[in-house]
Amino acid sequence: MARGQQRLRVKPATVFVYIVLILGIVPMLFPFVWMVLTSLKPFQEVFSLNLLPSNPTLANYVQLFSRTLFPRWFLNSTIVAAITVASVLFFDSLVGYTLAKLPFPGKNVIFVLILSTMFVPTEMLVLPWYQMSAQYGWLDTYWGILFPGIMTAFGVFLMRQAFATLPDELLDAGRIDGLSEFGIFLRIALPLVKPSLAALAILTFIGNWNAYLWPLIATETRQMYTLPVGISLFSGEVGAQWNLITAGSAVAVIPMMIVFIIFQRQILEGVVRSGLK
Amino acid sequence: MKLKLSTRKAIWAYVFLALPLLFYLGIRIFPTLQAFQMSLYDWHVQADQRSFVGLANYTRMLSDQRLLQAFRNMLWYGLLGVPAQLILGLTVGLMLHSIKKFRGFFRAVFFAPYVAPAVAVSWVWSLLLSPHLGIVNQVLWYLGIDPQPFMTSPSQALPTVTFVVVWQFLGFHVLLFLAGLESIPRDYYEAAQIDGANRWQTFKNITLPLLNPTIVVSLVMATAAPSTGMLQLFTHVMNLKFDDPGGPLGSTLTVVLYTYQRAFQAYDMGYASAIVVVLFVILLIISLIQIRLTSREVEY
Amino acid sequence: MRTMKTFFAVALSVLFVAGAIAPALAQEPVTIRYWQYYYDTKVTAIDTLIAQFEAENPGIKVIHETFPYEAYGARVAAAVPAGQGPEIANLFYGWLPAWARAGYLQPLPIDHAEIESEFVPMVRAAYMNGEYWGLPTGVRTLALFYNKTMLNAAGIQEPPRTWDEFIAAGKAMAIKRGPFFVQLGYGFGPAGQDHHLIREILLRQFGGVPYSDDNRTVLYNSEAGAKALEFYGSWQLTHGIGDVEFFPGRATYRDGFIAGLIGMIVDVSFAIGTIRNGVGDNFEWGVAELPVFDGGEPHNFGSFWMNGLTPRAFESEAKLEASLKFLRYITSEEAMKLWLREVGELPARLSLAEDPALASDPVYGPFIRSLPYSHATFFVDEEGQRQIMVDAINRVLLQGVDPAESMRIAAEEEQALLDAFWSR
Repeated sequence: MARGQQRLRVKPATVFVYIVLILGIVPMLFPFVWMVLTSLKPFQEVFSLNLLPSNPTLANYVQLFSRTLFPRWFLNSTIVAAITVASVLFFDSLVGYTLAKLPFPGKNVIFVLILSTMFVPTEMLVLPWYQMSAQYGWLDTYWGILFPGIMTAFGVFLMRQAFATLPDELLDAGRIDGLSEFGIFLRIALPLVKPSLAALAILTFIGNWNAYLWPLIATETRQMYTLPVGISLFSGEVGAQWNLITAGSAVAVIPMMIVFIIFQRQILEGVVRSGLK
Repeated sequence: MKLKLSTRKAIWAYVFLALPLLFYLGIRIFPTLQAFQMSLYDWHVQADQRSFVGLANYTRMLSDQRLLQAFRNMLWYGLLGVPAQLILGLTVGLMLHSIKKFRGFFRAVFFAPYVAPAVAVSWVWSLLLSPHLGIVNQVLWYLGIDPQPFMTSPSQALPTVTFVVVWQFLGFHVLLFLAGLESIPRDYYEAAQIDGANRWQTFKNITLPLLNPTIVVSLVMATAAPSTGMLQLFTHVMNLKFDDPGGPLGSTLTVVLYTYQRAFQAYDMGYASAIVVVLFVILLIISLIQIRLTSREVEY
Repeated sequence: MRTMKTFFAVALSVLFVAGAIAPALAQEPVTIRYWQYYYDTKVTAIDTLIAQFEAENPGIKVIHETFPYEAYGARVAAAVPAGQGPEIANLFYGWLPAWARAGYLQPLPIDHAEIESEFVPMVRAAYMNGEYWGLPTGVRTLALFYNKTMLNAAGIQEPPRTWDEFIAAGKAMAIKRGPFFVQLGYGFGPAGQDHHLIREILLRQFGGVPYSDDNRTVLYNSEAGAKALEFYGSWQLTHGIGDVEFFPGRATYRDGFIAGLIGMIVDVSFAIGTIRNGVGDNFEWGVAELPVFDGGEPHNFGSFWMNGLTPRAFESEAKLEASLKFLRYITSEEAMKLWLREVGELPARLSLAEDPALASDPVYGPFIRSLPYSHATFFVDEEGQRQIMVDAINRVLLQGVDPAESMRIAAEEEQALLDAFWSR
């Protein structure tokens, strides 16, 4: 075989994978594109069901930024999501690590207890949470919006699963080196689950960014609304202003995509060595 | 005095768990118990006017045809949606993991639906899938296939909702699987290559077992978790058929949506709480069984 | 004797001082909160009314808070039990039984005779258990919205006055291309207004009544009920003037009308603003009173959002007085005029409803003229009862169930729901 041919040879499996992925582009992105194109239409054209706006306009965006509190809602969402992600990353990985790697009496009970909190729909919790917030003066504050989410059962579960695969010998090596238990968690265990940590950061950010019911109940003034709550003002009893909803949604997507791009690099870097050779 | 290592580990465990346990007990479990307590009462704004009704809210569920329909729908959502989410998530995850060129681009493409705000994209999907005006039926017709009713048909609406949900959450599972795949140390693959293992053997003996913890998470999240779980659907069901939520003819109704209607439209909190208790027990049991059945001991 | 004198002196001076302080105390400002869902024109109108009210009543401060429509019910549900929330809440009249039963509302301490002599008859739907629980600023009725441009293009100059003309107009406008409708004569909206159309309008026009006088017994499992549903279903199934599956999205029939793809819809007066704004200059449209059967009686469905008092208004004498004063203010004739102008909801007071100038308005006229023959269904569970009738319609349109059978199922389900409510 000639050398040039050797270099150009591509495995048929790889070709197949690329074909499937390329075929996926349209169904994955088309609704998205439709949403963005709708945001360029005036309200009078929203229901025409044409893909392309006849006279593309940025009027909806101008209205969002100049006639509503959209910039403030954006800021609120950013603050809430950022604090929540930081808290979740720390606490969920710590709890996940403890449940996976430290033996102690009552471990399974505590795991099931934490896991079980996933199965109570938020609807039934907002009344007690509201009562609590009213009592302690948390209503209409950032803390009031974010406190139910500072730790999540999902994150604990995800991190527990990630830590479970680490060899115990690795951690014991840290103990021999004289690291504290917290030091072992921070210095040895945590770097080895970086991909899961990055995934947790992305998913927590998006989950909080899109949260609706509790942020709505926890806020009183329009200044404290988060993005989804603010955007829901555009739909009412007799109809929804889809031009504004889609414009708001299109802008709301940007930070989520940025967070995704930043953190997914961390996933890509992966874990090079198992540390056991 | 020197403590045994196991005792020391246990003490550290409790130290690490102290604050989180306080959180879970105070913010999640105590309010849950309050909600559960509500299920024994006929709800009233003033606590002293709530009359104790025993299990009446529970017995009422047995003759509530809409609720029973919602539970039946839940079963179908689970049977259709969970395997779809897992299989597609894993397949796409593996594909994205295997490619070298345009990795970032394709990851962003398949993740995009997950960041799309559900209210807006549900509306867009309802336009695309409109029986008379939607582009999907126009294409089908052009290809010589009969147009379909989708969301307007009692038999097709549930699979349609499932489709949109799977579309939206595919990125969630893909991301979990990518993180799981990237966590597998590369020297394992190198070792396998040296041993002369082929692709399938590598997948079967290394990838799949080491991916097991991720598969368990993905399975539980696809089944019972809030928002992504097929058994706790709400937003999509609401927004794909906004004028008749859960319709047509209750064919897409979910337990969570019905609970919401009972709680915040009929102000029947006692009954809504009772439904939540039953849902909670079901979801917890299913998840524990899933975890028990699928978890394998793995260590890298 | 001396002690007696001193006693009287002291007592008198105490009384005097008290008398001087009392008015000062009464002027201590009272703060009350008014809650409604967010809607641009409603917010502006209430803000205007509050400004006027506070100027006239310097001792009262009104805080106005609004929330997204979709979650307004949830917002109130959470706030009131925690001792938060409004003194005066705006709510859809159909929510009254649920709100009252759970203690979110208290009866109005206002003379019944006064309400009944001054407000339009449909306000009777705010009456339950021997009490009135709220009063509206504006009310709503239904009418036929028609696309004038489309109607004229189909060769018809006048909007239909009878159901026969309605069907003829619908047929003239409906266009099908292959298996797809591209234009409808009538836009079906089972969950929009059409469930009212059947229950309170067609059924009565066929000579039936939907419920017993005490609202506790369902009576539409009757010949009139079956005829009403069958007639409605025939628009799609026999005459093909539309298809319930036609327009996607949220407010399907209304959005399709706005898009210019639907010739006629039955819609509520409150939708005027949205339709006007959405249609813009795209085509000409008009409003007509709902059709009748040739020589038959007209009927209409009326509804309203009302203002009620929460337990918070009863926390003190001063608060109750202030709350009542504000409630009367926003349900006064002046407020209703402003409300019609700014929000587009019809006045709820007889004095205005019978105003000939309003009745001849080209857009509001058809709605206002319908007020005397409008019925507001008394719902104990608005969402649940709506669902039952929507399902009755869908069984006929989507599954081909016999209308009489579908009505029978609905009546059975609704009766069970009513029985459950009243027996609890």
